[in-house]
Amino acid sequence: MTPFTVLASTAVPLLRDNIDTDTIIPSREMKTTGRTGLAAGLFAPWRYSDAAARVPDPSFALNQPQAHGAQILLGGANFGCGSSREHAVWALAEHGIRCVIAESFAPIFRGNCLRNGLLPLILPGDTIATLAWQPVVVDLAAQTVKAGDAVHGFAIEPEPKEMLLGGLDAIDLTLKALPAIDAWTQADRLARPWVYPEGPR
Amino acid sequence: MNHSTPRTLSQKIRDTHLVTDTPGGAALVAIDRVFLHERTGASALKSMAAAGRKVRDPSRVFCVMDHIVDTRPGRGDQTLMPGGQDFITETRAAALAAGITLIDVNDPDQGITHVISTELGIVLPGMNLVAPDSHTCTQGAVGAAAWGIGSSEAEHAMATGVLRLEPARTMRVTFSGTLAPGVTAKDMALALIARHGAGGGAGHIVEFAGEAVRALDMEARMTLCNMATEFAAVTAIIAPDETTFAWLAGRRYAPAHFDDPYWRELHSDEGAVFDREIAIDAGAIAPMVTWGTSPEHAIAIDGVVPQGPPGAHAYIGLEPGQTLLGTPVDAAFIGSCTNARLSDLRRAAALLKGRQIAPSIRKALVVPGSSAIKRAAEAEGLDQVFTAAGFEWRESGCSLCFYAGGEGFPPGSRTISSTNRNFEGRQGPGIRTHIASPETVAASAIAGMIADPREIAA
Repeated sequence: MTPFTVLASTAVPLLRDNIDTDTIIPSREMKTTGRTGLAAGLFAPWRYSDAAARVPDPSFALNQPQAHGAQILLGGANFGCGSSREHAVWALAEHGIRCVIAESFAPIFRGNCLRNGLLPLILPGDTIATLAWQPVVVDLAAQTVKAGDAVHGFAIEPEPKEMLLGGLDAIDLTLKALPAIDAWTQADRLARPWVYPEGPR
Repeated sequence: MNHSTPRTLSQKIRDTHLVTDTPGGAALVAIDRVFLHERTGASALKSMAAAGRKVRDPSRVFCVMDHIVDTRPGRGDQTLMPGGQDFITETRAAALAAGITLIDVNDPDQGITHVISTELGIVLPGMNLVAPDSHTCTQGAVGAAAWGIGSSEAEHAMATGVLRLEPARTMRVTFSGTLAPGVTAKDMALALIARHGAGGGAGHIVEFAGEAVRALDMEARMTLCNMATEFAAVTAIIAPDETTFAWLAGRRYAPAHFDDPYWRELHSDEGAVFDREIAIDAGAIAPMVTWGTSPEHAIAIDGVVPQGPPGAHAYIGLEPGQTLLGTPVDAAFIGSCTNARLSDLRRAAALLKGRQIAPSIRKALVVPGSSAIKRAAEAEGLDQVFTAAGFEWRESGCSLCFYAGGEGFPPGSRTISSTNRNFEGRQGPGIRTHIASPETVAASAIAGMIADPREIAA
């Protein structure tokens, strides 16, 4: 996974609460069992005036000329609510977004961001509003967001921070603890035998 | 570990499953069950295989076809969704290769993930179960920690047997009093979200408690827990009691008796401290219907549309001050992991018996939550009641809870739906969804407009 260190980009505002993953990528845009080819369906209901014909809606933020190549998206509260579909994060990443700044995130969406090298960053709503269309620098190690002269600190737990900074793969990291997992499982088989069926039907 | 400090139920379950803490303040927490479906399952299994990773314990991973599978009678692998068949065939191949338990399209056990997991006793009290599906929280109704994750986390759980979890905050929602006649668990869930917001449970594991929750049967508890994800909660849980143990005992994967002392410890201790507490008087809840494009846009059925976000009013075509009662609907849907269990179908059928849906209803579907529920309903003659009233009677699946590009509602429809999400476009581009209980769906289908089920004598 690509490490996340310092990111400098225009911040594109989608300042609504409760932006759901059905809107980020509708079910009908998830056409294969793969993880790619999703960027064209990103925000399809808002981005296109005719989604089937892919006619862009010029009023949508991501269609503005200054949004071209932007890597930071701004949202409201409860960003990424709804379906667990990781396709929402894959579509954002394929489009080039590396950081979403919002007032709060739905838990599954937040987890999906972290597992794909995207930074889900929380700031107060009035601060987020000042970042709209500004050149913004996000420094994960320093835990700061800079826009002009303003510097805003943000919180993140140590583990996701380390994993993003190092571009670490969570499964590889966890597999190092296999002996502990195996020992735990052996003991648990005796303690809770009902958890362990004989095998597949 | 010293457990003299009172603990919440979710803390107890976490302690039971703690393998080791991580240096970064998280923990490796054992996962007892992983449940996949064809929408995201093939993706996770294929990605694992490509990385050379194996499912560590296939006997504890289950997979069912529910999301894309057709619900028309006589179905096979073909679906109306373009490319939909690939999800089914690729999931089947990947599941067989991985050696996990596959519940295929026409398996007698087939049904919606969260419906069959409880029905078969795959999820049990005190377990940790994860699935790449947000409504996994439904299964917390049996007293398990069951929550939705993404595909990458599903791979992690299957490859390692654990997840890396940061501690979650806890919230207790206590429903006091007694529900009024005609008011259901669905209305409790909508009332909670309407009052505290679609982000109100953010980052919390919610324990539902109180006499009104204890009084719910198992199926109603599942309905209540189902919409925790619409509350932005990590998940929901209800402490198991005699209702739970009696319901689960002897099911396919469940113990015949719950006599081990372990089961009796699965409750929050007296004095356990929750990070947040919410109290709601269940007796004051009315049948709820959504007016807008978020589940938090729910009001009492006889209320008026409040001022909401302009986009929501524009999409749904209702202005502040309008009443919902009397709003014409074009389509009706009874189904989904929220409200498609036998008791849901019975209550809807009781209202529909001897009645007809309005001629203006252009599509009306009943989609049972599982194939077993379908058979049980047919044995009681409920299918006859629904079809005589003008509903289509379908095979089990997620169906039109969401639009995947295949079957849809007639363009421009306003639907009354027993599902969980009224997002813009959720049931199809431009489709306007009103979420309500199965009773309210039935009453509204009869009237051809949003109608109060309490006005119809069953």
